[in-house]
Formats: sequence, C-alpha cells, structure tokens
Amino acid sequence: MAVLTPTQPPPGLEGPTERTPRRVGLTQRLSRWDVKVSPYLYISPFFVLFAITGLFPLVYTAVVSVYDWNLLGGQGDFVGLQNYTDVLAQPTFWKSLRNTLSIFVLSSVPQVIVAITIAALLDQNLRAATFWRMGVLLPYVVAPVAVSMIFGRLFADQYGLINELLGVVGIEPIRWHADTFASHVAISSMVNFRWTGYNALIFLAAMQAVPRELYEAAIIDGAGRVRQFFSVTVPQIRATIIFVVITSTIGGLQIFDEPRMFDAQGLGGADRQWMTTVLYLYDVAWGNQKNFGRAAAVAWLLFLIILAIGMVNFLVTRRISTSSTRPGPSRRARRHVRSRRRAGAGRAMAVRPPAAGDNAAVPMPSSTDRRKR
Amino acid sequence: MSSVPVAAQTAGTGAARAAARRRNAGKNVGGTQRRPRWVTYTILGVALLVSVFPLYFTLILGSSTPDEISRSALPQLLPDASLFDRFADVMSSDAINFWKAAFNSVVISVVTAASVVLFSTLAGFSFAKLRFRGRGPLLVFVIATMAVPTQLGVIPLYILMSDIGWIGKLQAVIVPALVTAFGVFWMTQYLGEALPYELIEAARVDGASMFRTFWSIALPAARPAAAMLGLFTFVQQWTNFFWPSIVLNQNNPTLPLVVRSLQSNYFVDYSLVMAGVFLVTLPLIVIFLFTGRQLVAGIMQGAVKG
Repeated sequence: MAVLTPTQPPPGLEGPTERTPRRVGLTQRLSRWDVKVSPYLYISPFFVLFAITGLFPLVYTAVVSVYDWNLLGGQGDFVGLQNYTDVLAQPTFWKSLRNTLSIFVLSSVPQVIVAITIAALLDQNLRAATFWRMGVLLPYVVAPVAVSMIFGRLFADQYGLINELLGVVGIEPIRWHADTFASHVAISSMVNFRWTGYNALIFLAAMQAVPRELYEAAIIDGAGRVRQFFSVTVPQIRATIIFVVITSTIGGLQIFDEPRMFDAQGLGGADRQWMTTVLYLYDVAWGNQKNFGRAAAVAWLLFLIILAIGMVNFLVTRRISTSSTRPGPSRRARRHVRSRRRAGAGRAMAVRPPAAGDNAAVPMPSSTDRRKR
Repeated sequence: MSSVPVAAQTAGTGAARAAARRRNAGKNVGGTQRRPRWVTYTILGVALLVSVFPLYFTLILGSSTPDEISRSALPQLLPDASLFDRFADVMSSDAINFWKAAFNSVVISVVTAASVVLFSTLAGFSFAKLRFRGRGPLLVFVIATMAVPTQLGVIPLYILMSDIGWIGKLQAVIVPALVTAFGVFWMTQYLGEALPYELIEAARVDGASMFRTFWSIALPAARPAAAMLGLFTFVQQWTNFFWPSIVLNQNNPTLPLVVRSLQSNYFVDYSLVMAGVFLVTLPLIVIFLFTGRQLVAGIMQGAVKG
C-alpha cells in the first residue's frame, strides 16, 4: 500500500482526513483495474497462440487453395477453383478417401466393441485392479511410429509372424501389404492396439457411474450377467459410446503415422492401396508435386467431410440421448445419465489428445492418434 | 483397499475423494461384489499379453541378425546380450543423430508440458472462478475448438514457419504446442470443483492481487490435475510425428523421426530398426511404470467429471 501512495502531501497543508480517502481511491482504482483486466489477461495466452497457430492456418488454407502456390515458387496467380477441380479429377484422391473410410471403420467398430468388453471385465471386484488397468493402457505410451514399425514386421507378407500362425491353422498366407483390404486390416490393428485399452478405461469410468440400483432391479427381475450387460450397462453408457465414436471420427479421418510407416517408401503402397487422405495431402505438398495450392484444396475438402460427418454424428447423438432419458428409471438415475453425458463429451475430447500434436492446438483430433483415441 | 491413502498421496485429496466415492458407489450391490472367476482373469491375461507382446517382439528382433529375421518369423524365444550391441549401434550410428534427437525430444516434451500446464491453469482459473464479460461464449469457443481438426492447417502453418525462418528449428514444433484447448477445458473443470470461492475471497480480503491469488491459491489447488495434464502432454509430444516430420529434418530430428530414417535410410536392417524402436519407447515405458496409476486415474476422471 505504501508503494501505491508515493505522493505524500506535505504535512499541514492537507489534513489526514483529506489523505485517507485519496489513498483508498488510488488503491481501489488499481485493484478494480486488476479485477477487470486479469481475467482477460489470463486467458489471452491461449487465445493469442491458438489464433496464430491453429485458427489462422486453418482459415488461411482456404486462401492458399485458390492460388497457384508451390513449395519452392511461393504464391502465384489466383486460379479460382482450379485446384479443387484438379484434385477431384485425381483418382488417387478418391482412392485415399476410400482407404481412409475403410481403415476408419475397421478401426473404430471392433475397437469400441472390444473396449466395452474389456471395460465390463474390469468393472468387477478384481484382485490387483490397478495392475490390470495399467496393463491395458500400456500400448498408449508406444508411439504410433513405433507401433507401425513393429506391426509392419508382424504383418510381413513373407515370414511374418501372423502369417506363420495362420499357417499353423491351415490358412494360406495373406499378402498384408500387397492386398488392399488386408493392408487396411493391418493398419487398423495398429490403431486398435494403441487405443483400445485407453477407451476401455473411459468406458470403465462410465460403467462405474451406472447407479447400482438398476442392477439390483435387474437381478430381482431374474436377469443374468449377460442380460444385465445388454439391458442395463450398454444403454446406460450409450452417451459415452457416442462421444468416443465422435472423437474417433475426427482423429480417425486424419490418420497419417501408421500408413506412412507401414513400408519403407511411405507412400501408401505400390498401388496406393493404403494411402490415406492426409498422407495424400502430405505427398501433394511435400512429395513429388510440391503443390501447396492443391494440397490446401485437399485439406479443405477433408475438413468439410469431417465437418459433415461430425454434424451427422451430432444430430444422431442428440436424438439418441434425448430418447434415452425418457424411460429413465428414477430422477437420480436420470441425473447420472445427464452428468455422465456431459462428462463423456469432455472426456472424449480430452482423451484423444491428439497425438497429433501436430498443431497441437487441438488435442484431440490430432492425428492419428487420436483417433481413437 | 489400500488405494485410498495412496491416491491421497499421489494424486491429491480431491482424487482420493473421487476414488472413494466411486468405490463406495459400487459397494452396495451383490452383483459386482463377489470375486470374478478365472474366466475373467484369463481373458484379461490375454489382453495383457497382446499389450506386451509387440514390445517383447522388438527385443527378440533386436537380438537377432538380419539374416535370421529374413528366414524366421520369431528367430528366438528370449532376447540375448547381442541386443546391447544393437543399442550401441543405434546410438553411435552416423546416419542418424540419436543423441541429438533424444535431446530434442526431451526439450520439446518438457517445455510444452510445462507451458500447457501453466497457461491452462491460468486460463482455467479465470474461466472457473473469475467473473468477466464474455466468459460464457469464450468458454464455448474453447470447447468447440477441441473438435476442430487443426492438423488440416499445416500448409499455411508451414508457410508461416518458413517466412519467419523457423524451418528445421525446434521452436517450429514447440510454439504451436504451447497451449491446447483440451488443457484449458480440463483445468477449468477441475478448478471449478476443487477450488472453493471462500479461499479466493480470503486471499483477496488479505490484500492479495489477482496474480498472487492465482499463484498462491489456485496453482497449489490445481496440482493433481496439473500433474496429469503435464503427463498427457509429455506423452503426446514424445510420440508426435506428423508435424515434426514436416518441419524438422534429419539434421535436427526428434526420436520418432529417427525411427523413420532408420527404416528408410538403410537397406532395411530390421534388427537395428527394432533396437531403435525399443530405445525410443523405453523412456515412456519407464515413466509409465512410475506414473501409470495417475494416467489411469486421469483418463477415468476425465470420463466421469461432473
């Protein structure tokens, strides 16, 4: 306080009665300013950095996409929608979209099913519960790049361990790299490896929030374990399931690391049979074409697709979650559902911090990981 | 169960209370009370095996010669001492900058983790506990950005980095990762619950400035959540590949980039590659062994918040 009042009036001229209000005035003004400005000051690092490194590049992508723009030559002429028509005319672009969707479906559907199953197993009175939980989470700390290298060997076309095992049960070796669908299965398995346990823990948390009375009621009605699972657990964690699916969509459609590392060339195979859209974007911008304008068009198209799929997801979610609250068994249960739903949303996002890191600004969607993540 | 005091020590009393609540919620019913049978443990055991197998596999291939690898899917059953020779080969290889990459990865991961924690806590404190105009819409904006695929902005971001001469430099990776919307959201959620208004008021009444209140009251209260956030950010950056592979190069790589060049620069020597893969993963595994409990708790808390 003393510091704040350096101008001490000469004694005598003004009485202490004068001075006291003045001092309070200045302090108050400073403190009011502190109260007013601090909140904005504290949130500003996020907004400023995000605006520069996240939002601006995303929006500016649209600008780059209407110019002739090269990695080396820089900005060229305005070309309108030429880049878009070029991209849409490229068979590789469509192939990459097909591959992306195929890998996405193969990684999200089985993953959610397995994750829920593991969560149901973990949601019991286990011995060494933390040990099992950590066990299923272990793959999360293995980098996608490393996972891809390892699985690339496991799924080797010749002398790969998976083919050897298949041989033991009498199945012909599968050409995991050469065959389109088989390569999608292999890449999806990498995604599933890394994220299944992670999602299982999310589902586990949701399951633990299910009111136990519901199980009691089910038991009284004569439901067995399986019936309880399908009639109580699954409907109760539906909101969490949907959120996991949504976040995996955002990440899954941007998968890059795994297909990039699946062979030494990193361009999606001889016939581009496992080239994903982000890998295609990378190839257009930094590979052979070095064409930023066209790559920006690819990015923007993918963005619209993700947005569209996200919207569909959102609408479906809303429908499902509104209808799910209706037959709520009790007010308490309904409250649980609601809070879980809220939580689920947050979590889902969170969870998937994207490994992507990429830009980092958005944790979840990031790349590859995310996906499933 | 002994986990309550452990949780209190490692993750803070907030987490311990949440854990106790969760546990008690499960106590009252017969259904989940009895110990599960061996079937459950068997299936979980298989899941555990799947989790661990790929790491075991890297050790096996790292212990084998390229010749053996080309002739057999699983050349041996146990790793042997030749593994350490391969580690030494990776570390001393001229074709890759292993130590530089390791140093870079540490710098990037530590700096971004610290920065994300600091800025997220600051913003979370503001959003959760301070009143100001525009708070609601701004928070909605933060949450919405979590769903935006910013990865798709790589091209302008690259142009930007190139214009300011950051291509090939660490700050090109660090600066875009200094803040995350997820972090802000996470800390807002946590501080909203864990930090009572009474504490803030008490500090203000005692004459603390806003920043002093943040530093002495909010930051300590946020410790458990901050530790988890830092951990997640660290893992995320350590395993990050897409953006670093674009903006960095072989002269100044991170560890994931080293893995990439092991595969593409050599006539692929899988023994060496797998030794490298294991070395790159090892630090995170060590961290995981010590902090896995918090990671598990972090994922589960995030899922049921509210």
